Amino acid sequence: METFLGIDYPTLWYLVVGLLFSGYAILEGFDYGAGSWHLFFRKDLSRRIAINAIGPLWDANQVWLIIGGGALFAGFPVMYATMLSAMYIPFMLFLMLLVLRSAAIKFRSAETMLWWRKTWDIIYFVSNTLISFLLGVVLANLLQGFEIGENYSYKGGMFFSFLNPYAIMVGLTTVSLFMTQGAIFLLLKTEGRLHARLTFLLKKGMIFFIVSFSLTSMYTLIFLPGVTDKFKEFPVFFVLPILAFLAVANVPRLVSKKKYGNALIFSSLTMAFLLMLVAFQLYPVFLPSTIDPEYSVTIYNAASSQKSLGIMLTIVLIGAPLLAGYFLFLYKTFHGKVKLDDTSY
Amino acid sequence: MDTEILARIQFAFTIAFHYIYPPLSIGIGLIMVIMEGLYLKTGNKHYEILTRFWLKIFAITFGIGVATGIIMEFEFGTNWAVYSRYVGDIFGSALAAEGLFAFGLESAFLGILIFGWNRVSPKVHFISTIGVFLGSMFSAVWIVVANSWQQTPAGYHIVGEGFNARAEVTDFWAMVFNPSSVDRIIHVWQGAFLAGAFLVLSVHAYYLLKGRYIEISKKAFKIALGLATIISLTQLLSGHSSADGVAVNQPAKLAAMEGHYEKSAPADLYLFGWVNDETQEVTGLKLPGGLSFLVHQDFDEPITGLNSFPKEDRPGQVNAVFQFYHIMISIGMFLIGLTLYASYLWWRGTLFDKKWLLKIFAFSVLLPQIANQVGWFAAEMGRQPWIVYGHLRTNEGFSQEVSSNQILFSLILFLVVYSILFLLFLYSVNKKIKHGPYDEAKNPDEFLKYV
Repeated sequence: METFLGIDYPTLWYLVVGLLFSGYAILEGFDYGAGSWHLFFRKDLSRRIAINAIGPLWDANQVWLIIGGGALFAGFPVMYATMLSAMYIPFMLFLMLLVLRSAAIKFRSAETMLWWRKTWDIIYFVSNTLISFLLGVVLANLLQGFEIGENYSYKGGMFFSFLNPYAIMVGLTTVSLFMTQGAIFLLLKTEGRLHARLTFLLKKGMIFFIVSFSLTSMYTLIFLPGVTDKFKEFPVFFVLPILAFLAVANVPRLVSKKKYGNALIFSSLTMAFLLMLVAFQLYPVFLPSTIDPEYSVTIYNAASSQKSLGIMLTIVLIGAPLLAGYFLFLYKTFHGKVKLDDTSY
Repeated sequence: MDTEILARIQFAFTIAFHYIYPPLSIGIGLIMVIMEGLYLKTGNKHYEILTRFWLKIFAITFGIGVATGIIMEFEFGTNWAVYSRYVGDIFGSALAAEGLFAFGLESAFLGILIFGWNRVSPKVHFISTIGVFLGSMFSAVWIVVANSWQQTPAGYHIVGEGFNARAEVTDFWAMVFNPSSVDRIIHVWQGAFLAGAFLVLSVHAYYLLKGRYIEISKKAFKIALGLATIISLTQLLSGHSSADGVAVNQPAKLAAMEGHYEKSAPADLYLFGWVNDETQEVTGLKLPGGLSFLVHQDFDEPITGLNSFPKEDRPGQVNAVFQFYHIMISIGMFLIGLTLYASYLWWRGTLFDKKWLLKIFAFSVLLPQIANQVGWFAAEMGRQPWIVYGHLRTNEGFSQEVSSNQILFSLILFLVVYSILFLLFLYSVNKKIKHGPYDEAKNPDEFLKYV
């Protein structure tokens, strides 16, 4: 098997996919999170400002999902096909909610009628919150494993088996984490009374996160056997949960000092450490089979050919600096507080 | 209904709906690049007004294109799992390149294009317009490459057997430049330019008929007409070249397009007609030996007919392929005639005198859209029964573990959400057109002081 810097290609591509989905979670995390606070703002103007805070950015942030999905398809077609067809209903709901959310952003402020804006406000809030929730649900199902039989065929339930207690807990944790991220982002982009209200809301968000995260962690340790095996084998990775905890603990301190940019970085780091934890826990398995470990989808049986992975790693080496450049330019252009003008939503 | 049929209906519906928008974005994008370029070059404010106006319509179109496009990306996995495993090694790298090179470029610059008027200099804004336009052109490249590979696979070998069989890349550039990709990319771009140009022609013809925004509408109309004339003419060439390729690489598809059954005989070219698959006869107006002439420049040269292929290896819906293909050709020919005649009047200096002509332009917006849709239907239905030509059948490619009820559920969901989306699109575009590029009570120069 070919290697680069001593790491085999499937592992490298696993890191690429992980990086892309972490980028997606961090960037769309504050977009979705901001949306989950939407109905907590009472005035129409506040809601408009909140939407325009993500206005020029959300489309670009969403690209991380598109590239991540493409990277998964390209590098691990078996994983892409097996996961999406096994989790048909949650993914269809997720996609439909993405469409509704885009429509809400585009059309909400296009009319002035009260009923029109209220309807879109509700759609916007619900779609953002459910999208975050479903992402957590998918993650939880990955950790628990799937009923996968021979030839990657899914034997599990068709409609609602994905909604088990653990999935709901991880779903809620994801919502709370995104809401924390979203509130910090909005603090960065707003001023005046809306800003003051967000300072108050962020505290609630953090409590929501800490409670749901602690409960989920306990549930994981008690009911998901084998989760800690990896740590016994590689104790050095205990550093990840500790880092995640330190990062999130740093957020209130930075917020009270009004260093919102740094606070956003630290809450993003929390997310990154938690995802690394998941990635480390699963590796090299992608989709554990609950029927027989032999049937599990791993990064090796799911991977594209060495040749193809080599081509794609080249594409990434060329494309990633370009992408980073575009993003720096975009974020630099729109940094600072939201100012509504005739081009705003 | 069974899973395969439902999966195919869902794919056809979601892709056809999606395909209303990206061609419009590409076409309007090019016209915005021209308009904004003219503004920077001449300093004439009219071009700035036009750019700003079309940007508003572009923003809605682009947004719906992205939203419906994400669904396509994941639908391969949800509904076509076997196919995805089979082609992932090949299709995937094109999709990854598309995401990184094309979507990254267009989505990052989109924010600056739409919201950046007051934040960046006119030059940087113009660069963003070009960035978004180029990004949309690139995204067409990679997705057409992937589709063309399904039509004419190249640069691969098949590894494994039975359920574990899949195609793997052996030569990346041979895969990218497979026999049909270049012709089809150019043809798709041209279709997209026409979709955009005819929307611009239609809206400004409407203004001219109503006596509104006369000066700027004349400018915009001429830009779009110039583009539409060149493109509709040159699209004939890419279409011809494409058909020549189909004759070599997918003979069953070519035969279906003209309803040609006999194993080896000169083939006719139909202006219009109706294929009876039972009797293998076509009724209609034809040029005898015309297809032979187009392919071989000889009216008597034989062409491989459908009967050369076993029943299970040829397209199931011959008449549908025939009709879709002929509608596309007829529209293409009509657009050539229309734009040439209008260009002639432009040269004579009487372009805007004929009301009936403006009326035709006002309605002609639908024609390139229809041609784009039916062209793809002909291409995809003509490829049947294969999902990957000669290797994997459509009835083997769908997700085996997904139930028909699940697909029915999502199909209904799509029907509802997309209907709402389509109404919103029509409503908001119509509103922007009715509202117009600027407040008519003021003159345009005054308007610009306020923006």
